[in-house]
Amino acid sequence: MSTTATPKGAAGLRAKDAKPVSAKGGGLAGWVDDRTGAAKPLSYLLKKVFPDHWSFMLGEIAMFSLVILLLTGTFLTFWFVPSAGEVIYNGSYVPLKGIAMSEAFRSTVDISFDVRGGLIMRQIHHWAALMFTVSITVHMFRVFFTGAFRKPREINWVIGTVLSLLAINEGFTGYSLPDDLLSGTGLRAAEGFMQSVPVVGSYLAYAIFGGAFPGEAIIPRLYTTHVLLLPAIIVGLFTAHIVLVAVHKHTQYPGPGKTNDNVVGYPMMPVYMAKAGGFFFIVFGITTLMAALVTINPIWLYGPYDPSPVTAGSQPDWYMGFADGALRMFPGFFEFTVFGFTLSLNVFIPSLVVMPLLYGIAGAYPFIESWVTGDKREHHLLDRPRNAPARTGLGVMAISFYLILFFAAGDDLMAIKLGLSVNDILRAFQILLIVVPPLAYWVTKRICLSLQRRDRDLALHGRETGRLVRTAEGKFFEVHQPLPEHELWALVQHESGKPLQLTATVDANGVRRPGAFKERLRGKVSSFYFADSVDPVTPAELAAAHHDGAAHEAIEAPQEDAGQWVGQLHGGADERPETDAYAPHEHQHDHDHEVDPDPTTAR
Amino acid sequence: MEPTGAERDRPGTALGLDQGRTEGEGRMPERFADPGLPPHVSRSADLGEHAARRAERQVAALFGISMVATVIFLVAYFAIDQNTYRFVPGIGQANLSNIVLGVTLGLSLLCIGLGAVHWAKTLMPDTEVTEARHPQRSSDDARAEAVETIMAGADASQLARRPLIKYMLGGALGLFALPLGLQLAGSLGPLPQAELSTTFWRKGMRLVRDPELTPIKASDVTIGSVFHVMPEGIDKSHDFLEEKGKAAVLLMRLNPDDIKIAKERDWGHDGIVAYSKICTHVGCPVGLYEQQTHHLLCPCHQSTFDVTEDCKVIFGPAHRPLPQLKITVDAEGYLVADSAFREAVGPSFWERG
Ligand code: HEM
Ligand code: FES
Repeated sequence: MSTTATPKGAAGLRAKDAKPVSAKGGGLAGWVDDRTGAAKPLSYLLKKVFPDHWSFMLGEIAMFSLVILLLTGTFLTFWFVPSAGEVIYNGSYVPLKGIAMSEAFRSTVDISFDVRGGLIMRQIHHWAALMFTVSITVHMFRVFFTGAFRKPREINWVIGTVLSLLAINEGFTGYSLPDDLLSGTGLRAAEGFMQSVPVVGSYLAYAIFGGAFPGEAIIPRLYTTHVLLLPAIIVGLFTAHIVLVAVHKHTQYPGPGKTNDNVVGYPMMPVYMAKAGGFFFIVFGITTLMAALVTINPIWLYGPYDPSPVTAGSQPDWYMGFADGALRMFPGFFEFTVFGFTLSLNVFIPSLVVMPLLYGIAGAYPFIESWVTGDKREHHLLDRPRNAPARTGLGVMAISFYLILFFAAGDDLMAIKLGLSVNDILRAFQILLIVVPPLAYWVTKRICLSLQRRDRDLALHGRETGRLVRTAEGKFFEVHQPLPEHELWALVQHESGKPLQLTATVDANGVRRPGAFKERLRGKVSSFYFADSVDPVTPAELAAAHHDGAAHEAIEAPQEDAGQWVGQLHGGADERPETDAYAPHEHQHDHDHEVDPDPTTAR
Repeated sequence: MEPTGAERDRPGTALGLDQGRTEGEGRMPERFADPGLPPHVSRSADLGEHAARRAERQVAALFGISMVATVIFLVAYFAIDQNTYRFVPGIGQANLSNIVLGVTLGLSLLCIGLGAVHWAKTLMPDTEVTEARHPQRSSDDARAEAVETIMAGADASQLARRPLIKYMLGGALGLFALPLGLQLAGSLGPLPQAELSTTFWRKGMRLVRDPELTPIKASDVTIGSVFHVMPEGIDKSHDFLEEKGKAAVLLMRLNPDDIKIAKERDWGHDGIVAYSKICTHVGCPVGLYEQQTHHLLCPCHQSTFDVTEDCKVIFGPAHRPLPQLKITVDAEGYLVADSAFREAVGPSFWERG
């Protein structure tokens, strides 16, 4: 933004750069750099540091699956014919010979049987789609549970949510293309969803299908959506996603030497490049092996689409399962007739409202959490899930809700496998959908809290050595070895949240302050998040714990000298009551936490 | 809301709402100090050339396997016929070409990947590097400069001084998308006509078997049997699939005494009743008939309709009963429609009434 720069003469312009490039970096690279100045950004990129952790590979799996999808998808376009035009099959798959079908179906069967290596491409494409959606979902979980969505990464979280929504729709448009019996039935249902939209439903359905179902327009339209529209948006957003990861620099798990102001890991060149590049080939290789060995979507067995035959036990691809489950569970009495108009909420809500609603909540979560916690700082160190019990609980609650919807989509299969009535299974799912999520929240939060207490215990009292010692009075103790400082750090580095407190809801004259309701709500939610938070051990507490163990230290003294059993004793009959560990010690900071509604007395 | 004494005594109690969660300044309890990065632990390949050599050979071998697999792929592409089926243990009868091509391609890719990762893990440096982070926000100066540039630009364009331009530009930009939107929305599809509420069925049309399209005599329909039915002449229809999707009908014969609804009996013939096969939920073909209970089950989301009670919904997410087709017999004893469907078949929509 150098609006003040003075123009230089042509000769003086960038005199330094214009010099012939030195011996190093001449040749083609020099030629390119002369024209682009790419050397500087390139070396910046090659030196970029990436932290290493298995959970960071989940996003990579998504990225690589996307590449595989683009690659194999392009192959498929060379043979697939996106047309509903009717033809009679005469290819090499004998059972279908002489049967009327659409060109779309015939070309898909041809890819499977008459294009050499076509089947493997089709199967890689479908397996990669499943891999893509699974890895996005699990990647999303990892980002959620570690708090990686916090400032400054909220935008990337929102981009991610949109990507995930687009990905499942990309999947749906993809498996609807072959026009087989299953996908046609799926489209039939999709048309039903559109019809259920209040007021404009039938117009919407006619617009999208270009007239009555099935019509000839839907397959070409799905095709454009699947190979052009959605991929372009996905690739665009994905690029933004990755650029933001680079701009923010990847988060890292807490550990010794890892701070909020640094990033510790391996440089792009060569280590990360070899690992990530190698990992691409591993993902591609495994996907290909699955495609070689496990048949997926054998459309030739389903046959071409025809609106009247029955398709028992038809299941959508997994990522549409939750919507299907919602559709099964939503009771029919939500359909009303008002003033001669039909309001089919029993279809509209589960099919067209649930999905955007769930994704909307997911997208909004970072903003909700930062409003609740009042935390506006940048976070580059990840949370261990246990150290954010409420968030972890909410996440598991959401997952349990999703899973129940998902499994409900298989109620008919379960009924057959288990020999139960579908009705009973569905009822059970309806009840579970209401009961399980809050329970999952509660249980998860309890587990987190007890894990945190265990961490405290470990930090305070060290690790059990399994060595029992008998005191002079005849009591038994197990020798505990204090943690080395690098290990201790992992247990004490975090901060625990504190509930926000209302300053005052009324002003000096007893008049309600504007926004008081919102603040009270915020205070309530905040204490929901943090009321029972467990604090990490402080140095003072550790010192106190050591001090409590002093009674037995005399016994240990000789060994301490020997440098073998450094530590204090703890355990046995003399174990301190657990609550004691959390009892207030000397808290010289107490007054600092006090909130005085009267500002005149503060400090 | 003053914190109670107990609250105040707990380590680190509530903060003021207006304070947020600021750290430092002595508000949080005293904390441990970061001990810094742990010392580097050397790998065997760092220590001895022998181990390094072994790693080198392993990496090279993996790349070698990849090349071999690629060559086999190239050969198999030509050598194995597309439609050769072989028994493969664990899979069963399988397309040989697909398996060989897939496995060799997969191995060729996988081994490149494993080789590269193994190389990185054993031979490339594994000392961690630290890079500093900087706050994401720009400096105040940079921000101020950006604002200034924008304001200066706006000033230079005289946007603020000439509101007429501002409003007219706003109007033009606001409207220009309309033609694009209108073209799309207006031309995507025809407006739904009566089509959605009508089917191919007309009074006097024979009921024919689907897919054979042969007419059905009343005497052919025995108790407990179920027929998948289409209207006669549907195969001549211009919009065959569209018509089929609406006209599909199920024909069943019940003991007339089992039929609990008078209208159902009247619209049938001697216990033979015809109902739309298109589910009133989202339109799957309903097709599982339980003879004992006279229930129809939709395979898509398990809506269950009771044929003895005019196909009302007894379970599942559908709400409306399946529409009944009024039938009778013609002079030759064949079943015919006595009327078209009297209501729209299939999924609900706003104006169906
Ligand atoms: C098209 C699908 C997606 C692709 C290809 C993708 C890819 C990636 C990759 C390669 C990374 C860096 C490595 C990692 O942390 O795993 C990343 C980071 C990230 N992703 Fe995604 N992702 C996708 C979807 C999502 C979704 C659905 C979300 C959440 C709603 C999300 C949120 C994030 C965030 C917040 C980061 C930064 C994480 C950090 O720095 O710790 N992404 N993504
Ligand atoms: S379409 Fe029949 S139950 Fe959903």
